[in-house]
Amino acid sequence: MSNDKVITAEQLTKRFGDFTAVDHISFEVKKGEIFGFLGANGAGKTTAMRMLCGLSLPTSGKATVAGFDVYKENEKIKRNIGYMSQKFSLYDDLTVKENMRFYGGIYGMSDKQIKDKTVFILRHLHLETEGDKLVKSLPLGWKQKLAFSVAIFHEPEIVFLDEPTGGVDPVTRREFWNMIYQAAADGITIFVTTHYMDEAEYCNRVSIMVDGRIDALDTPAQLKKTFEAKSMDEVFLKLARKAVRNAD
Amino acid sequence: MKQFLSFIKKEFLHIWRDKRTMFILLGMPVVQIIIFGFALTNEVKNSKIAILDNAKDAASTSLMTELNASRYFEIEKNLYSYNEIEAEFKKGKIKLAVVIPQQFASDLQHFNKAQVQLIADASDPNTANQLTNYATAVIMDYQKRITNDRKLPYTINVEIRNLYNPQLKGAYNFVPGVMAMVLLLVCTMMTAITIVKEKEMGTMEIMLVSPMKPQMVVIAKAVPYLVLSAVNISSILLLSRFVLDVPINGSLVLLLFESILFILVSLSLGLLISSAAASQQTAMFISLVGMFLPTIMLSGFMFPIENMPLPLRIVSNMVPAKWYFTIVKSVMIKGIGFHAIWKETLVLTGMMLFFLTVAIKKFKIRLA
Amino acid sequence: MSAVVVENIIKTYGKKKEVTALQDISFEVKPGELYGIIGPDGAGKTSLFRILTTLLLADSGNAIVDGFDVVKDYKEIRKRVGYMPGKFSLYQDLSVEENLNFFATIFNTTIQQNYDLIKDIYQQIKPFKRRKAGKLSGGMKQKLALSCALIHRPSVLFLDEPTTGVDAVSRKEFWEMLKRLKEQGITILVSTPYMDEAGLCDKVALIQTGKILSINRPQGIVDDYKKPLWAVKSPNMLQLLNELKEKNEVEDIYPFGEYHHLVLKNNIKKEELEQWIRQSTTETVTVEAVRPDIEDCFISLMKN
Repeated sequence: MSNDKVITAEQLTKRFGDFTAVDHISFEVKKGEIFGFLGANGAGKTTAMRMLCGLSLPTSGKATVAGFDVYKENEKIKRNIGYMSQKFSLYDDLTVKENMRFYGGIYGMSDKQIKDKTVFILRHLHLETEGDKLVKSLPLGWKQKLAFSVAIFHEPEIVFLDEPTGGVDPVTRREFWNMIYQAAADGITIFVTTHYMDEAEYCNRVSIMVDGRIDALDTPAQLKKTFEAKSMDEVFLKLARKAVRNAD
Repeated sequence: MKQFLSFIKKEFLHIWRDKRTMFILLGMPVVQIIIFGFALTNEVKNSKIAILDNAKDAASTSLMTELNASRYFEIEKNLYSYNEIEAEFKKGKIKLAVVIPQQFASDLQHFNKAQVQLIADASDPNTANQLTNYATAVIMDYQKRITNDRKLPYTINVEIRNLYNPQLKGAYNFVPGVMAMVLLLVCTMMTAITIVKEKEMGTMEIMLVSPMKPQMVVIAKAVPYLVLSAVNISSILLLSRFVLDVPINGSLVLLLFESILFILVSLSLGLLISSAAASQQTAMFISLVGMFLPTIMLSGFMFPIENMPLPLRIVSNMVPAKWYFTIVKSVMIKGIGFHAIWKETLVLTGMMLFFLTVAIKKFKIRLA
Repeated sequence: MSAVVVENIIKTYGKKKEVTALQDISFEVKPGELYGIIGPDGAGKTSLFRILTTLLLADSGNAIVDGFDVVKDYKEIRKRVGYMPGKFSLYQDLSVEENLNFFATIFNTTIQQNYDLIKDIYQQIKPFKRRKAGKLSGGMKQKLALSCALIHRPSVLFLDEPTTGVDAVSRKEFWEMLKRLKEQGITILVSTPYMDEAGLCDKVALIQTGKILSINRPQGIVDDYKKPLWAVKSPNMLQLLNELKEKNEVEDIYPFGEYHHLVLKNNIKKEELEQWIRQSTTETVTVEAVRPDIEDCFISLMKN
């Protein structure tokens, strides 16, 4: 397989009983790409993402993540990806530094690596003075930025972001996206879901899932052209309104 | 009123739809009683005993043979001093020691009476009770046999000493104990958990913003558990009466009345916990640690309170189950009337009023 | 008479009042208005809604809802407002119909009595009326929750972040429902972290860390934005952002959909700007003057 394809999915399918949550999806994500993974609630995003993270076995189809097979090498996949979601990011009752030490430890980094990296991140985020504070005392925006730093702490090949900016103020949201751009420029592939349609525009390519299938996959500009829409919002609405199923 | 009824109906639906919890709540007392029923019918057979024969005469030897010959006992060891007895108990192999005094035979000969001491390991009160009963029976048989051909009867006094648990609490303690525990579980823990669940789900906010009175919400939450408890009491009493043959010697009406009083105490406690706890886990934790442990340890159900050090005895007075336990034992087993338990009843009533007042005072008409 | 009056509300948390949730908030909502409280998480929206629905007491200040004081007359208010809390999730183990019936009785009414009000919304979920609420999709749950909050025909309806975590389609539908409710004369206060929803309100209060940044009609907020705003685009967006950020003439630049929004300190002509940008980059840059939207205003207000 070609080296610059970090994620490949071919006819990837997941069924729960007679319900097909993910229905033969195929796509590729290139190294350093920011890949937007959109879909209405219940379209199958979470299930697809779980399969790619090695948390759930596909029913059929093929997929590789960071060059590893999702059926057989899910432990290796887990070592090479980062994950962050809106719901769970950092432990509230640990300090910022303790969180970093914990995550560094999980990925088998040495004490020195962890220490250097912690100093670097805190300086980069201008949070040098906050390192020993409990995470729960920080504003949401800072937490999310820290969580992202922690998700790429072990320099994974790919980072999966599940609605990372929900509820974050518009300024911090943009600072967050600056970090995403920076990480992508450093060669980390970004796989991101969001409900903010303006954020879809920040992605290099966007896929839109409807009823378990990928109904559209292209650059934002091309998608707007294809669907004769002024914004990604319109594109999304045009596609998602076709949905017939209503599961969550 | 219609609001209230509709709320109660909703609570029953919650219970009914969560079949697993419902079966646990209704099945638990049944299972506990039945398990205990089996434990009771455990027959004594070839139990290992130790003998301390200080007499070493003909009579003592024949008594020993008698014991060994019965199908109940098997002499494991002959001891040589009194001090060895406890060490043997601690090894755990024997549960009963028979002590025959010096001049056993000559006492019988000259005074027509002698003594035998039975020392039982009463940390397992049921077994201790049974072993001493059987041993006494064997000794009485022996006494009868040697008396047979004499004018003046021989009398062998059997002195029983129960080590570790002299009151020999056990057998009949179990039913009152299970009653107290089940009522606490259903009333205190379940009430606390369901109220806290409404807080967690955000539905409590809606209830508070609705015209329904907050007190009504709380009482409506408690009613289904009161009903459930009543079912549990009935099943416990029926089972213990007809399966375990534990008699209800006193007035059933009085017993039920006292049980309802205890249910109300438990419900008030549940309400109190619910106002202090913010999550279902906390509610469960407080109920378990704060209610169950004291109930099991300090109500007199597992361990006799009389043997506890003074501080624990004082603390045990604050455990509602202790009072209920005393009441149930008095009414059900001893068959005593209200005149003997009015003090305990008064304490429980006081507790209920106290907890209920605090719970209602603490119940917030607002959040935080 | 105003439907809601809020005067100098202050709310703090913690033993030493170290966390300030609301700092001196005042605003007024007219009867029949669809009023948006727009701000990110942690802005104080939920505290505000809880104070107005009598669930929390403010440290100081007054609030009147439908003519009643939120502290003194809380019982009256509880009879006449509808409230959908942020984390509200209904009774998962009761069916759609059972939930609705239950809430109707709790509010001393019946489904039939106010059916006309919820008909539009309820009809969409009626085919599933025997389904347990826990088995509904996000959008349907929201419709059921709204029906439950409306069942007693409240005079003022408080919706705390009803669209958070809901996909774009369901969000659109939800706002359409609100518009129809407004036509029925119900005053609606709705909070949301989504700036794009501001335009759907009659009036909005932008709120950030417990302070109101601005109160106006959505158009008014946009009209108040006086700085020169441009949209710029090039094949390499990150590079463009980083380069322009360093320029003296630039007050702010931030990603905005497929463009970056460029806020300049002074007014200049388009040709001038194009020329000026061309000096710093070799890429082909598209430049257009744009009208600000609420998000631009929020960013500008936040940074001031």
